[in-house]
Amino acid sequence: MDPKIWLRRINRNRVLFPLGALALLVIVAASLSPHFLTPMNIKNVLSQVSIIAILAAGEACVILTGGIDLSVGAVLAISGSVTAVLMKWAGVAIPLAVLGGLGVGVLAGALNGLMVAWVRIPSFIATLAMMAVARGGTLVLTNGRPVSGFLKSFRAIAGYAGPLPLLFLITFGVYVLWQLALSHTRFGRYVYAVGGNETGTRFVGVNVRRVKLLVFILAGLCAAIGGVMLDARLNAAYPTAGEGYELDAIAAAVLGGVSLSGGVGSLVGTFFGALVMTVLGNILNLLKVGAFYQYIAKGLILAVAAISLSRGIKFAK
Amino acid sequence: MGGENGGRPWVEMRGIHKWFGGVHALKGVDFHVHRGEVVGLIGDNGAGKSTLIKILSGVFPPDKGEIVVEGRKVRFRSPKDAKEHGIETVYQELALVDNLDVPANIFLGREPALVGGQSLMALLNKGRMLREARALLERLKVNIGDLNALAGELSGGQRQTVAIARALYREPKLLIMDEPTAALAVQETRKVLDLVRKLKERDIGVVFISHTLQEVFAVADRIVILRKGEKVGDLPADELTIDEAVKLMVGGE
Repeated sequence: MDPKIWLRRINRNRVLFPLGALALLVIVAASLSPHFLTPMNIKNVLSQVSIIAILAAGEACVILTGGIDLSVGAVLAISGSVTAVLMKWAGVAIPLAVLGGLGVGVLAGALNGLMVAWVRIPSFIATLAMMAVARGGTLVLTNGRPVSGFLKSFRAIAGYAGPLPLLFLITFGVYVLWQLALSHTRFGRYVYAVGGNETGTRFVGVNVRRVKLLVFILAGLCAAIGGVMLDARLNAAYPTAGEGYELDAIAAAVLGGVSLSGGVGSLVGTFFGALVMTVLGNILNLLKVGAFYQYIAKGLILAVAAISLSRGIKFAK
Repeated sequence: MGGENGGRPWVEMRGIHKWFGGVHALKGVDFHVHRGEVVGLIGDNGAGKSTLIKILSGVFPPDKGEIVVEGRKVRFRSPKDAKEHGIETVYQELALVDNLDVPANIFLGREPALVGGQSLMALLNKGRMLREARALLERLKVNIGDLNALAGELSGGQRQTVAIARALYREPKLLIMDEPTAALAVQETRKVLDLVRKLKERDIGVVFISHTLQEVFAVADRIVILRKGEKVGDLPADELTIDEAVKLMVGGE
């Protein structure tokens, strides 16, 4: 095959950009700091990336359909708090408490999906409303105070399986399943179809509303998994947990080549995008750059990524 | 006059009304198509052509009036309902999903599955889609080249062919073509017109909408003319000239 066609095909889902950016960052980081490639630091990066990446997984799928979910950070918080409150105050067994937290995430996602697909509120507004309600609900539930000190068996979720953090393995597993679903199931095909041409997809008889509902439910579920993971990692559920995470999740997806206009991108790319965000934060920490400057640096990187990705036509003609 | 078999039409729309807000888009239009008959639907912009065929293809319901298929009254709640009755539509612009490849577009909404049947979680049979898409396009005698190309990478004619192939894969009884040649070069237009004649031979009814009256007159058995939401003409194509048709379209003797 013509190598040009071959290259275009490989880059159809725009994985090359985030992969290149990640490679570049790793090289820069390794040369700037001797600590970067130590096993300790790598484990740290993998733990850190897990939670942002799992939020980004759900976010990326919503964006692929042409929507956006601003509520993932707040849904993370309420799911984490519900799990914590069930365990600490209600004395519910760990598996049930976790299921309760995940259930709250699914419910929040379902409400988002219903608002967007049935009531036809733009996803930006619907999920903004959900963000406020979920954040408020978290504060009401916890009285605005952290719930902390979980059983060891719960904290084990943030432990290690051999050399790898368990959190990372959970996230990685979710990504593998998600990517397979996107590439090989009817649902995945419809996610791309809805993002590419929603009206056309509806006209061939696809139940577009159901696809959107499902995508938001899965985003809610991902956020809830993130909430449980963060509980275990911090040994506490903070009512302010996940503030601003929706922006990190969106940034990871965009850096990973997911087009905000929908229909283009992949989870593989999103995963690299999340790694780019995390490694960047890690480098800045190792270089002892203050947190305030880190925000600026992340914003600049995102702007640069958005500019370079928007070159070329929407569907990579 | 093949297809005009004098018997009952395959599909009939009776007294169709449609309002959009305060606009009375269709004012009691009757419309019918026999099997194997090519009906040219013409009218100026805003005459109600698109509204009429969107009702026939299930995109929205009529506010008044009824649709009868093979003598039985039907109600289309969605394009899917219309498809289940054998009515397929090739839309002017909305046809394809640009970020999906050719087989994905042809089988959109009807993907063959390895396991899981019709469920959303079914695993796609991509090999079969590619093979059948290739066979289908060969039957239509069109060359798309690389089937793995995205629809957005194809030429206008190729896109139209893919859209038509998608409709034909479902073996419709009636094919509605909304401006199928609008974006095409002369050579490609001729191919589409040939295709319409082939459909007729296969006893498929065709509703052909076009602004180019020469094309409509070249393929249609019967011509239906709409003006401002009303039917102002319904005549066999050979009893009508293009000039007369234009007069009816714009009105005002």
